Amino acid sequence: MEKTWNNKAWFMVLPVLLLVAFSAVIPLMTVVNYSVQDTFGNNVFFWNGSDWYTEILESERFWLSMVRNLIFSATILAIEIPLGIFIALNMPKKGWGVPVCLVLMALPLLIPWNVVGTIWQVFGRIDIGLLGYTLSSLGFDYNYVNDPTDAWVTVILMDVWHWTSLVVLLCYAGLVSIPDAFYQAAKIDGASRWAVFRYIQLPKMNRVLLIAVLLRFMDSFMIYTEPFVVTGGGPGNSTTFLSIDLVKIAIGQFDLGPAAAMSIIYFLIILLLSWVFYTVMTNVDAER
Amino acid sequence: MNLTWMAWTLPTAIFFITILVLLCGMAVWEYASPGGNPRVGVLRFETTRGDRLFVSLLGSAFIHLAWLGLVGPSLWWALALSVVYAVGVFRYV
Repeated sequence: MEKTWNNKAWFMVLPVLLLVAFSAVIPLMTVVNYSVQDTFGNNVFFWNGSDWYTEILESERFWLSMVRNLIFSATILAIEIPLGIFIALNMPKKGWGVPVCLVLMALPLLIPWNVVGTIWQVFGRIDIGLLGYTLSSLGFDYNYVNDPTDAWVTVILMDVWHWTSLVVLLCYAGLVSIPDAFYQAAKIDGASRWAVFRYIQLPKMNRVLLIAVLLRFMDSFMIYTEPFVVTGGGPGNSTTFLSIDLVKIAIGQFDLGPAAAMSIIYFLIILLLSWVFYTVMTNVDAER
Repeated sequence: MNLTWMAWTLPTAIFFITILVLLCGMAVWEYASPGGNPRVGVLRFETTRGDRLFVSLLGSAFIHLAWLGLVGPSLWWALALSVVYAVGVFRYV
């Protein structure tokens, strides 16, 4: 049967094109324009060439934010992925426990980011917060407002609390899709618990784990609201990640040129990661 | 329509017009030879000519940034390198 080609369908995507143009393309063009100019307000701009880009690329502040962001992403991945797998492996596979666990796991994901930040800001306070007060009562010198290590621990704990559920749910979906025949065959062969995990469960979770790693990496690399609400990037600059630094430059200092140049560099890094994510995902799909 | 709030400059306008011309050129190419010419190149996965344009543009952006950070503010050589890179991508990726 011959296919009918009808190009009129392309008109259906016009509204989306217009929406994307107004919400993304035009603002992005404006940011590019800002990134090569300097302004002191009143919509008056002076040509500055590539100087802002050079300034950002040579700025220690930018690279320190980048390093902090990478350390943060690596840390939360090192905690959330194994913890997510562990919890998913121990969740019930049938019975009344399944919906209860699923709802409990989904709860943190439903809370808006700024509310999560506010919860942990109060939770960690040494005067009224459950965590801060308890740790202080036990004799720990905990104060996320003054101590950079405590601030990092709080921000990481908050992210683990908020997002491990996502890894759990993805892994759980991978686990329940494994047919019982695999487990029966493993039982007949006398496979150990570790062998079942290594040779049946882990390979079957491969794809969802890839999604989890990439989603969590990209999301943590763009993190803003939660640490900003809890620590405001401090103490000092110890929890100032790239997005927080960007907002400080653009809105705090009103340095629109450097902020625009930094936005473009940040955008390119995110675009590269998104492309890697998309490519890996589509190729895993193709291989299947 | 007043577009002064977008702070346009001649170089950035030329930059975006070039991107637009490239996209229009790709549309014409697709019309003349439909299907996107998918193939498996050195990256060992299938790419269409749209993918190759994207890889070329993204790679060129990073070439320019690397040039700015490592060499200096004159970007003509970075542009030349990017063109060579794009030709390589369209030929081998």
